[in-house]
Amino acid sequence: MRSKTIKVDYLARVEGEGALQVKIKGDTVTDVQLRIFEPPRFFEGFLRGRRFTEAPDITARICGICPVAYQMSAVHAMEDACGVTVNDPLRALRRLLYCGEWIESHTLHVYMLHAPDFLGYESAIDLAKEHPEIVQRGLQLKKAGNEILRLLGGREVHPINVRVGGFYRTPTRQELATLTERLHWARDAALETVHWVAAFPFPDFTQDYEFVALRHADEYPFNEGRLVSSKGLDIAVSAYDAHFVEQHVAYTNALHSILKERGAYFVGPLARYNLNFDKLSPLAQEAARDAGLGSTCLNPFQSIVVRSVEILYACDEALRIIDAYAEPDQPTVPVEPRAATGFACTEAPRGSLYHRYRIDEQGVILDAQIVPPTSQNQKTIEKDLFNFVPRYLDLPKNELTWRCEQAIRNYDPCISCATHFLTLHLQRG
Amino acid sequence: MAHGEAQPEEPRLVVIGVGNAYRGDDAAGLIAVRRLRNRLGDCVVCREENGEGTALMEAWQEAHTVILIDATRSGTPPGTLHRFDVVAQSLPTTLLCSSTHAFGVAEAIELARALGQLPARFLVYGIEGKTFAVGCELSAEAEKAVDEAIWRVQQELERWAVH
Repeated sequence: MRSKTIKVDYLARVEGEGALQVKIKGDTVTDVQLRIFEPPRFFEGFLRGRRFTEAPDITARICGICPVAYQMSAVHAMEDACGVTVNDPLRALRRLLYCGEWIESHTLHVYMLHAPDFLGYESAIDLAKEHPEIVQRGLQLKKAGNEILRLLGGREVHPINVRVGGFYRTPTRQELATLTERLHWARDAALETVHWVAAFPFPDFTQDYEFVALRHADEYPFNEGRLVSSKGLDIAVSAYDAHFVEQHVAYTNALHSILKERGAYFVGPLARYNLNFDKLSPLAQEAARDAGLGSTCLNPFQSIVVRSVEILYACDEALRIIDAYAEPDQPTVPVEPRAATGFACTEAPRGSLYHRYRIDEQGVILDAQIVPPTSQNQKTIEKDLFNFVPRYLDLPKNELTWRCEQAIRNYDPCISCATHFLTLHLQRG
Repeated sequence: MAHGEAQPEEPRLVVIGVGNAYRGDDAAGLIAVRRLRNRLGDCVVCREENGEGTALMEAWQEAHTVILIDATRSGTPPGTLHRFDVVAQSLPTTLLCSSTHAFGVAEAIELARALGQLPARFLVYGIEGKTFAVGCELSAEAEKAVDEAIWRVQQELERWAVH
């Protein structure tokens, strides 16, 4: 029986260092391994012994693309441990900061990393040679997100203005108003982006996925909600460990997260969209329908359309928050430590990001657990390849390899985020 | 020059250090720029970046002259100092440590070139690293190369100031 192996030694256009191996025997895929060899980063270990107030700034260093997500999950988990709730307008400012990160991160992926796959370009550089105006639009759109981070976070990368309890400094209404002109432009550009990507050719592909995302009664989820799934999961975030477990897999540095009862699941824009379509703004819903999407989208290749709809929503939501903003009396609420465990899940651009911390009465971190979105999607990515590759076995090897990479990029995997602390067992003879 | 016409602005000089401050020799570019900042006049803008490509393009957007310093992992002996004139030739995409970014230094340079936005003068200095482990200090080899890079960058800037 004829057999072949698809190997990608260095995955391009994903964040971090990873490789892929697909083994094929006849018409059957016998093995798929997404290998993540970015060195484990031991952040959960670093956190032990540090103050509870340090978690947002330490964990922000896990990723240069989505530091806000780490800061948000960290502050919410610490506030949960300390029994504090942060309300508007500080809560709204956190959503605004998240809007900036979604715009930045999603735009980078849509324009620079994923669109070339659908248009037959090797990279965004080749796209720019033929369509410079499109790439310029992407760069300017991303800049609208950068500016939110710069104003509210203090700087564009690794914001320094976020703290447990709120912010170090909150903006004035006038300061926030400086963002609106560019955000109005960005909202139009995001709408054009949805139309642009909706016309891409998409392979007809879906699987029996279990989508998992936050769901909130009143809003499209960023910072809060219950964890729900398309197969009936509906839990408080504090019940996370009872339903999910991380597994060590020998060939990769990143842990695989699974649902204890049902195995692989799917987080990220597609999951959020499918579980929260009714909470999108009317403009985002209309754009999605015009793009040919229903209230659910089951094809992971169309994640680029959904990601673009989320950029549009983030621009729309940012403008709404800025318009409604009332300056707070204080930039932060007091948070006193107590011996407790805190849980939080927020929606990073790539999906749910879970943090759990146990702190003592002095606020010293005793134990930490961080489960990034890419860890959660790894098993689903491998399952996609298992089922996707057999349809394209007649393709030349280089084209089949490219199809595999495109399928991985549906998930915008952040390999840098996915590698983290592994327990080391030493066996001595 | 017509009466009232503004004098042309001084060419904008930008020195950019790229790297991750917490990963051993990956910090070489950042450390070089931090030390250069104290030695260069106000006419040179010093910036520290993590290597994300679109942010880099913004960092050099207004610049006429750019010198970018990053760590390299090319297989040459640790401490080797590489120099590339990227206006004249493309950068090997697998050379720089920041190439682990999906859209890093080399891609940003090529995208700027494709969009006609590459600064008129653009040098990249690469410092070959030895260790990139989390939490490590700069290796002795990289430390020495940082000193040499600082000296070379100052020479380049002086030469351009004269000519």
